[in-house]
Amino acid sequence: MEYIPNILFAILLIFGIGYFGKNVKKLSRNINLGKDVDRSDNKSQRWKNMGMIALGQSKMVRRPIAGFFHIIVYVGFVIINIEVLEIIIDGLFGTHRVFTKVLPDSIYGFLIGTFEILAIGVLISVIIFWIRRNIIKLKRFLSAEMKGWPKSDGNIILYFEIVLMTLFIVMNAADISFQQAGNGNVISQYLYPLFEGNVETAHIIEKVAWWLHIAGILVFLNYLYFSKHLHILLAFPNTFYANLKPKGEFVNDANVTKEVMLMMDPNADPFAAPAEGEDEGEPEKFGASDVQDLNWVQLLNSYTCTECGRCTSECPANQTGKKLSPRKIMMDTRDRLEEVGKNIDANKGTFIDDGKSLLNDYITPEELWACTSCNACVEACPVSIDPLSIIMEMRKYLVMEQSAAPTELNVMMGNIENNGAPWPYNQMDRLNWKDEN
Amino acid sequence: MKVPTMAEYMAEGKQPEVLFWVGCAGSFDDRAKKITKAFVKILNNANVEFAVLGAEESCTGDPAKRAGNEFLFQMQAVTNIEVMNAYDIKKVVTACPHCFNTLKNEYPGLGGTYEVMHHTQFLKSLLDDGRLKIEGGSFKGKKITFHDPCYLGRGNEVYEAPRELIRKLDVELVEMKNCRKKGLCCGAGGAQMFKDAEPGDKEVNIERTEQALEVQPDIIATGCPFCNTMMTDGIKNKEKEDSVIVQDIAELIANAQDL
Ligand code: SF4
Ligand code: SF4
Repeated sequence: MEYIPNILFAILLIFGIGYFGKNVKKLSRNINLGKDVDRSDNKSQRWKNMGMIALGQSKMVRRPIAGFFHIIVYVGFVIINIEVLEIIIDGLFGTHRVFTKVLPDSIYGFLIGTFEILAIGVLISVIIFWIRRNIIKLKRFLSAEMKGWPKSDGNIILYFEIVLMTLFIVMNAADISFQQAGNGNVISQYLYPLFEGNVETAHIIEKVAWWLHIAGILVFLNYLYFSKHLHILLAFPNTFYANLKPKGEFVNDANVTKEVMLMMDPNADPFAAPAEGEDEGEPEKFGASDVQDLNWVQLLNSYTCTECGRCTSECPANQTGKKLSPRKIMMDTRDRLEEVGKNIDANKGTFIDDGKSLLNDYITPEELWACTSCNACVEACPVSIDPLSIIMEMRKYLVMEQSAAPTELNVMMGNIENNGAPWPYNQMDRLNWKDEN
Repeated sequence: MKVPTMAEYMAEGKQPEVLFWVGCAGSFDDRAKKITKAFVKILNNANVEFAVLGAEESCTGDPAKRAGNEFLFQMQAVTNIEVMNAYDIKKVVTACPHCFNTLKNEYPGLGGTYEVMHHTQFLKSLLDDGRLKIEGGSFKGKKITFHDPCYLGRGNEVYEAPRELIRKLDVELVEMKNCRKKGLCCGAGGAQMFKDAEPGDKEVNIERTEQALEVQPDIIATGCPFCNTMMTDGIKNKEKEDSVIVQDIAELIANAQDL
């Protein structure tokens, strides 16, 4: 009988972590639907970026108020995991505050004291975040793409934090032996008087808070997969694999290069059969009309997006009322990727055409054509997401596969082709300015 | 005005110090041609041995690439690279951030590797070497604000060279609320220059002009022919063309010296 709680706890833990693991597998399968792109260069710079941007939150503080409170929540989240470790050991082995036995009193008190203070800090920050979202109604939380699920998702996590932090403090306050030791109970001591009168009730409350706290953490963990809050995990790989080249440099499509070189090479025989061993395969599709045409970093980007809208609020097109919102580009990519993933799950591992695509069904050409390729979104993103690269891939598809550029752009491109300039002037006149006044 | 071509240099069996890549706007657009000439005057004045490609230059392909036509871009690039490599070009300077970006970043992968400088960087190097002197002249004490071109600033992190040149003009440099990394686009990039904007509440260049006018400048300095057009149009739209002038940094320097 006395082992029942331990067994229950082990089951809860295995189930919670197991389900999470299953979803992580799905996540990585989905990301790997993307094309390959080489991001294995310059490891030291990549580690540095991850340290600075994900761990050090260097880009968060560009907006100081949000940045400050975000750091509190973030540090609280990271540090409180030490407490979770204690809870897990206690739960599995039926011990009580096992770290009091292994750590010197001073260190234990310091740790728990810090957690309690952080818990209060997190509570305050989260309440401020809630007010920003729901009462002050910051413009970037009100865009069209932020209705429905994205809006509730943003709030749900805040409620989660409030409940978890409260449970943590209550658990400590109702723990009579912990309170009597008077070590590390910097905040909970003020709630202790509520419980000290009735030892029985206090014990029950402590147990209930303890169970709810750990169960809540496991539910939180499993909630992540369905939420923009995946960023607390994916911010790390995402900043690591981010583009290191100058932002102005757009990739030169290697398939196009092959064709161009063939055309330019006077010795090449355009009708020659492909070299032995070279796999003809399906003709390459230019650009992207669906998520499988994007590369895995772009897909990782879409799962990492926190929907903070910093990109959109800096976007010149969005600021002047155009439909384009780089945040929406990322959210659409993720939604479509999820849809494709579910399709694969439902069809035993293969994707069956569902007659839909990222282009048109999610992202419209109007949005794509409004982009000035200014890189403001890329610069603004606190987790190094590159919405512009997706926009460009889709433009490429529109132009190279569908010849669906706006008429004026076709005129411009025709001019470049015929006159070597986007305007209808003769290339021979390029130096005329020299003699004009 | 002395504007030698690469072909002329070649005929004499000489190499210029630098190739001046004029660009399509700089060659054909009436407003941008003034920037081109101002820059040439400065080069002549500083005794820089430069050459242009003239009729052998063609569009870098930037607007095609940003519009999504990778094929046309690479055709342009490969053709231009062939010409430049035939002349054994080592160093290029251009007054257009779009040309600057493609030549510097996107041409190397297609076989064209050069040292590429934006004209503000080049002028700054002349200044540092003592080959160029900049004085305020008629601009002394004027209030000036600089509009960061996206492809120079965020695209390639060149923020200081233009500003250092401006400071040498004995003017008061005031920054707009969106500057450097947070600079706001003029609305012309990404091939937008060649088409109408999508429906919205406002044109991007009007938004940017309003930001510039907020700091009440006498001069809006630009470093890109497209930005220049956009800001000039914005100022006209706001009917401020009598009180605010829009000029490229090269024009400001040339004018200050009465070149
Ligand atoms: S690059 Fe495009 S999407 Fe990103 S901020 Fe600029 S205009 Fe908006
Ligand atoms: S792309 Fe980056 S900046 Fe934009 S909403 Fe997502 S996380 Fe925020």
